[in-house]
Amino acid sequence: MAMTITEKILAAHAGRESVSPGELIDVEVDLALANDITAPMAIRVFDDLGVDEVFDRNRIALVPDHFVPNKDIASAQQVKLMREFAQQHRIQHFFELGETGIEHVILPEKGLVSPGDLVIGADSHTCTYGALGAFSAGMGSTDLGAILATGRTWLKVPAAIRLVYEGRLRPWVGGKDLILYALGILGVEGAVYKSLEFTGEVIDRLSMSHRFTMANMAVEAGAKNGIFAPDATTKAYMTGRSDRPGRFYKSDPDACFEREIRISVDDMEPQVALPHSPDHVKPVSKLGAVPLDQVFLGSCTNGRLEDLQEAAGLLKGRRAAAGTRFIVIPGSPSIYREAIKEGIIETLLEAGAVIGPPCCGPCLGGHMGILAEGERALSTSNRNFIGRMGHPRSEVYLANPAVAAASAIMGRITSPDAL
Amino acid sequence: MKIEGRVWKFGDHVDTDLIIPARYLNVSDPVELAKSCFADVRPEFVKEVRPGDIVVAGINFGCGSSREHAPWAMKAAGIAAVIAKSCARIFYRNAFNIGLPVLESDDAPDRLQDGRRISVDIIKGEIRDPNKGKVFLAKPIPEFMTKIIQSGGLVSYIRNTCDYGRRL
Repeated sequence: MAMTITEKILAAHAGRESVSPGELIDVEVDLALANDITAPMAIRVFDDLGVDEVFDRNRIALVPDHFVPNKDIASAQQVKLMREFAQQHRIQHFFELGETGIEHVILPEKGLVSPGDLVIGADSHTCTYGALGAFSAGMGSTDLGAILATGRTWLKVPAAIRLVYEGRLRPWVGGKDLILYALGILGVEGAVYKSLEFTGEVIDRLSMSHRFTMANMAVEAGAKNGIFAPDATTKAYMTGRSDRPGRFYKSDPDACFEREIRISVDDMEPQVALPHSPDHVKPVSKLGAVPLDQVFLGSCTNGRLEDLQEAAGLLKGRRAAAGTRFIVIPGSPSIYREAIKEGIIETLLEAGAVIGPPCCGPCLGGHMGILAEGERALSTSNRNFIGRMGHPRSEVYLANPAVAAASAIMGRITSPDAL
Repeated sequence: MKIEGRVWKFGDHVDTDLIIPARYLNVSDPVELAKSCFADVRPEFVKEVRPGDIVVAGINFGCGSSREHAPWAMKAAGIAAVIAKSCARIFYRNAFNIGLPVLESDDAPDRLQDGRRISVDIIKGEIRDPNKGKVFLAKPIPEFMTKIIQSGGLVSYIRNTCDYGRRL
């Protein structure tokens, strides 16, 4: 039977020859993930189940990243509970401060996800690992707690939507723009319970960093997962990171997609999502004057080395505008170190940026850059819901790292072309 | 499973940041979380909600973050069920897992009025608005989800049945 990549991975993990959309299946989980917000609840569920041991101490990742370094006593208690659970069960992949970074940045970096894996995380942006050709989906803490005990979960096989990107990308246009543009077409409910598969010549030429950005935001269309066919780029990324080669699935030529969306990128500009929804998307040139109180470069969407390199390239010898606060958070300690080595951090500091320790930072309004009433920010993150980064009457615009850099320099939303 | 309560009406795309903003996620005790439920969008909710009340919303309810704190906050505040035109995937699953039933109906959300008392038969999917003498029929809950909700949530379902995943 013809199947998509997603269906092939699900079938393999359900011990079946094939699966079809709509079927409920019981699957084995390769890696289970939780963070400092979701792990404490999952641990409570695990304890309530009355099991003594986790399913496999080497296949669980516990990543404190949302409110670390601990922002207050309550957050410190949450991380403490997580740390004690990790010690008690000798969890191999618990990331202490100093090693920790944003979960969806460090797990691929450390080679914990291979192509063909099935990964479940108690975080909606777990779909990021689809960039590696893995099936990965977010769930809640109760599901995760049950997985900690059993190593298994149930899934409904999603129907699939194929996005085909054709043409050649213009300068300053990348993964963020490709996914924002798609969100503009799909809408925030356009892919609920569906699988998104990203294909086309543009995708074939896209670096891993840009693929992570795109897969990361699949959930903003409501999708269960977003996936890329693993290829030579994937293989090169995995080299030296993991001993597990993974399985490189491809969708069969006659696999069933309930919808196909073809997108020509030749004339695509950098895209911006306006408040208060990631699907409220316009090309940057159509925005008019939008002054900014703050620019944030970071997050599981755009906190990778390539993102910092792109921003630093524009910021070299320039400064952020007076009155615009510029916050940069590298996604992991190794990205931070590399950015120091390459002189990126120095460039950013000279441009007036403040550099935060690897964590989620202000993306979800946790800490390190909360917005006051009436303030407006441009962010490279993934959500601009009401109150997402602070006061319910603040505003968030979403864009790529180059637009973030150009906008920081001008103090208003600016295309890098206009510098 | 029959419930009766007042309607708390919301629009489309109510995300989990609106149900409980992230700044309140530094705790995981449901009773504590309930104190911040709908804090930004309907500040009066926490004071006025009564056990048995029902949240009624439009499309894509519970989109965004996977935080299970959202259904927990609603449940601990007293909400007995959610009726929406449609729900986001992760929220739908989370709600059933913690024993908060969700009914999906195309027409009921538009016709039900904020503050009115209604009664709901979860298993039959019957939504009754006594004021208007109307009965709406929700989409059937999948059989597997019905079992979870009848057990009171995923934890008790697993403990009671043991036919899910590895035997505990």
